[in-house]
Amino acid sequence: MSMPFYVSPEQLMKDRADFARKGIARGRSVVTIQYAEGILFASENPSQALHKVSEIYDRIAFAAVGRYNEFENLRIAGVRLADMRGYAYDRRDVTGRGLANAYAQTLGTIFSSGGEKPYEVELFVAEIGDTADGDQIFRLTYDGQVADEQGFAVMGGASDMVATYIKEHYKPDQSLESAVRLAVAALGHTDDADRVIDVDHLEVAILDRTRSQPRKFSRVSPARLSTLLGERGPSTPDEPDPEDTRPGTASSAGGPDDPSDPTDQTSGHVAPLEDPVTGESEPPVAPTSGVPGGPAL
Amino acid sequence: MTDPRLPAAYLQPGTSSFSDFLASQSPDLLPGRRALPQGQVGDLAPHGTTIVAATFPGGVVMAGDRRATMGNIIAQRDIEKVFPSDEYSIVGIAGAAGLAVEMVRLFQTELEHYEKIEGTTLSMDGKANRLSALIRANLGMAMQGLAVVPLFAGFDLRQGHGRIFSYDVTGGRYEEQAFFSVGSGSLFAKGSLKKLYREDLDETGCVTALVQALYDAADDDSATGGPDLARRIFPVVRVITAEGGRRVPDDEVAEIADRVIAGRMIRPDGPGAPLTGGATGGNR
Repeated sequence: MSMPFYVSPEQLMKDRADFARKGIARGRSVVTIQYAEGILFASENPSQALHKVSEIYDRIAFAAVGRYNEFENLRIAGVRLADMRGYAYDRRDVTGRGLANAYAQTLGTIFSSGGEKPYEVELFVAEIGDTADGDQIFRLTYDGQVADEQGFAVMGGASDMVATYIKEHYKPDQSLESAVRLAVAALGHTDDADRVIDVDHLEVAILDRTRSQPRKFSRVSPARLSTLLGERGPSTPDEPDPEDTRPGTASSAGGPDDPSDPTDQTSGHVAPLEDPVTGESEPPVAPTSGVPGGPAL
Repeated sequence: MTDPRLPAAYLQPGTSSFSDFLASQSPDLLPGRRALPQGQVGDLAPHGTTIVAATFPGGVVMAGDRRATMGNIIAQRDIEKVFPSDEYSIVGIAGAAGLAVEMVRLFQTELEHYEKIEGTTLSMDGKANRLSALIRANLGMAMQGLAVVPLFAGFDLRQGHGRIFSYDVTGGRYEEQAFFSVGSGSLFAKGSLKKLYREDLDETGCVTALVQALYDAADDDSATGGPDLARRIFPVVRVITAEGGRRVPDDEVAEIADRVIAGRMIRPDGPGAPLTGGATGGNR
């Protein structure tokens, strides 16, 4: 007689959270820092075309880490939502809080619905006010939690290390120049040595209160960025990610099956539920499709 | 329980066009999608009148008078009919004012939406074609008297010069050379520009020619407003160059308008053109 396999809700949620966290930790960090005239975003991103930071509306920007296809979908949904609201009501009626709520509901529902893979993303939604007091930074995690961040925030791969560095050096109401320098230094900071990241490998964007146009978002070009950063010495390329040096597993010849790892790519040699001879049950094993291993930005 | 997440259509990749998205999600918000009862309704709505535009080396200028009329009534004397559609283009509107303003808002959102989703701006021709599609969707209302006829101009960054597009009510799009005008006073404005426009005019010269043309339009067309000296209401003038667009400040326009009016005090029909061509040169 076969018994239905039982997984406690705590375990189920923990597995899903571990899975999402693993995906997010694979990407590089994104830093956001409040400065006197606005909010700055910075990230190490060698691609000039695939952005991690983007404009949503006049005063609202979006930054993300994790799986590109998932946060790109969320970004487009955000642009649509904002433009729709701005068109149906007025441009002033589009708020960062409304957008953060919509994202939180979406991420939360997907995370807790059993049928879908949780999104492996973490987002910032930032909005600038007329003065620095009105600035808001929301952090949204894969499970739909929203946190209101003050001053600065970091998400992605080495976020702890970067956040510690910024915490030590952060001053409120600093200039754009010092905010950029702090953010870039933090991104290049590691325990043993500090790297100089090439300006072409940096994606920096600002929400700038002083812009005369209603749209306050602008990208900082590499030329302007090198002026802001000043002389920094020769740049050192990033160390290869441990993930990069590991040979990828072909779908037919995977590594050993580790049932405790929900992200491993091997399963199927063992019957998932019970051994037909002994009747002993086996722990559940992740399916082979839709599992990460693809590039995370 | 309803699903609290963003609707599936929002999360679906696909269209970069806001008007297409609006048509699938909230078609009632589209300006041209309203069912009207049979008959002519044109007299119910205020109409905007004359828009003029002209290119100069390095850019393009568009100006519009400030009057909206409803039959013989002046509905508004300080209406604005020339709008920036994005950083490098402007749109001026003639026809049913309420509908036109709504269409401009949709067009502005359309361009911005594309820019945000695709990470790049539409080409000048792409923008002109999108506007064409919006006007075409309004054909039913146009046939009942609520026509909207815009004039679109902008600086083409690829070609490096200013361009002007005119439209008809069916969405037909025509590129114009040098200068053009739409609206009830357009015949007079175009006649005036024919005599005044030269290809070598600078920005200020071009603005002056357009203010002269609007004066001539107001002179002969009751629906076009002339400069209102008592209230200091002057045409809205926008300039687009390679650096982007700006509205010419009211005091600069006032200064030009004052000079034009001073000239008209001496010769009410405006500056005379030489009887046989070639003397001033540059005329097309």
